[in-house]
Amino acid sequence: MRLVLPLVLLVFVLFAASLLIGPAGIGVWEGLSALFTMDESPQALVMREIRLPRALLAVMIGAGLGVSGAAMQGYLRNPLAEPGLIGVSGSAALGAVIAIQTGAATAFALALPMAALAGALGGVLVVVALAGPRGTSLTLILAGIAVSAMAGALTSLVLNLSPNPFAASEIVFWMMGSLADRSMTHVWLALPFMVIGGGLLAATGRGLDAMTLGEDAAEAMGISMGRLRLAVVIGTACIVGAGTAVAGAIGFVGLVVPHVLRPLVGGRPGRLLWASALGGAAMLLAADIAVRIVLPERDLKLGVLTALVGAPLFLHLILKLRGTRI
Amino acid sequence: MTRIQRILAGTVALFVAAVQPVQADAPGRVVSINLCTDQLAMMLAAPGQLLSVSHVASDPRSSAMAGQAGNYRMNHGLAEEIYVLQPDLVVAGTWTPHSTVSMLERLGVPVAVFQPARTLADIRERLVQMGEVLGRPAVAETMVAEFDVRLAALQEDMSDRPRAALYYANGYTAGDQTLAGQILLAAGFANAADEAGYRAGMKMPLEMLAMIAPETVIAARRYPGGSRSEEILDHPVLGAFRSGSTMTAMTDQDWVCGTPYVLRAVEDLARTRRGMTGADR
Repeated sequence: MRLVLPLVLLVFVLFAASLLIGPAGIGVWEGLSALFTMDESPQALVMREIRLPRALLAVMIGAGLGVSGAAMQGYLRNPLAEPGLIGVSGSAALGAVIAIQTGAATAFALALPMAALAGALGGVLVVVALAGPRGTSLTLILAGIAVSAMAGALTSLVLNLSPNPFAASEIVFWMMGSLADRSMTHVWLALPFMVIGGGLLAATGRGLDAMTLGEDAAEAMGISMGRLRLAVVIGTACIVGAGTAVAGAIGFVGLVVPHVLRPLVGGRPGRLLWASALGGAAMLLAADIAVRIVLPERDLKLGVLTALVGAPLFLHLILKLRGTRI
Repeated sequence: MTRIQRILAGTVALFVAAVQPVQADAPGRVVSINLCTDQLAMMLAAPGQLLSVSHVASDPRSSAMAGQAGNYRMNHGLAEEIYVLQPDLVVAGTWTPHSTVSMLERLGVPVAVFQPARTLADIRERLVQMGEVLGRPAVAETMVAEFDVRLAALQEDMSDRPRAALYYANGYTAGDQTLAGQILLAAGFANAADEAGYRAGMKMPLEMLAMIAPETVIAARRYPGGSRSEEILDHPVLGAFRSGSTMTAMTDQDWVCGTPYVLRAVEDLARTRRGMTGADR
């Protein structure tokens, strides 16, 4: 419990910083008062329609990626499981791109997150089926590579076939993710799926704790393996689908955050879930602040920063696992 | 000048264009490989003189002369397909890949390169330049005269200039030093983005658009198939500045190239301005 307060404080501070950083150069008090007063000034427009949705999405998506990374790692009992690396985010991006290019997203707004959810579901099902709790790290990574490669190739294909001249240059957005120029519409679009997914994953805590003793022991403790698997699969698909639909595929958050926090929660997967949600929110807020400070004019993609932090850690984890399981 | 007079002038110009003889040393087989030179060449070439235009010229979203472009063979700006047409002149833009131009020159095909127009005065120069390379200076002169007459008709009372901003996919805007910016000025608007220091075509963050608070935002027309780049045009911040009579103001194919079609864009936009200021004639 000593972890809650610092993490909540960190998220709160980063959230405030995210609201206060931007090219418009609005002062701290000016900005905060514009956020809470109901007038039509340009400052209010910037705070409420540009910065607030951006900060909210960073919290929602960061928390979602953190918690789904922790849940997948707990269920697969493998520290390498992460939605971005094993192709769930990539498959979600494919779903989103298909919804946009077929016009479904214009005809019916919810088609975008739902198509991304369907894509994510496909990806997570393939990976879980191939590398279930008894699978080795090797099968997990191989399945993940195959799903990622296929989803990435199909996403590029769809975007290259698009009659829209901008589509092809957006491959990098779908593979790296960005929160630039999002609006409250995107927040409302993603929120319901995030809440459902978050609820499903939050309820897996006891099951995941029991799983650390082995599947048989967990079943003896009254945990239904089928239901646990279903909750992890659907919860992850909801969160990753909705997040990717509005912000593109952002990798490594679900890898780095649980890894850093695991020792601090005594290695218990159940407690790691909420800690990773807070940690993920903090990490994505920090990354989104960094892209605005480092290259304010260029819309540097979030995935670039998360990968710069996450990829070395990933290599470190593989080295650590090398002697034991792979 | 009344509408009738304008139409008459146009008809005369077309008639002159049709009967005007080609100069003796003029190129007989001309190929254009740039959207803007395509349109200038289609306007000025003698019948049979122009063989081929670029494939973009028949795309109605980018080309103001998509209909006419169907009468010509289509090319994709590749040196090989151009060479087999055996042109004695290729007209290209400065944005044409350098490798294509130098390849054609190595193959002995003369290439005339046109600068893109950045002002309304540039449009007159491009017309004259195209008239010269096609050996049709008299037709070009007629067209320039007609252009001047139409432009003069647009200079009306502009003491009340509403502040407008141009906004495109990915958050790009255009200042006064661009053709689009010049269209905006000619139509009687003040460019709010230029006032804020965005002089050329460059990216303006959505936050800055909100802060400069223009009276209206003229957005780019959408392409088919969706894209995230264009989603910015649906952002509520743009909606806050686009309402009523200016809702429909869009940049379209008339804005792309420095041709007399720019005047049509100016005329349309001036109508929007009169709707805004209440100075409807």
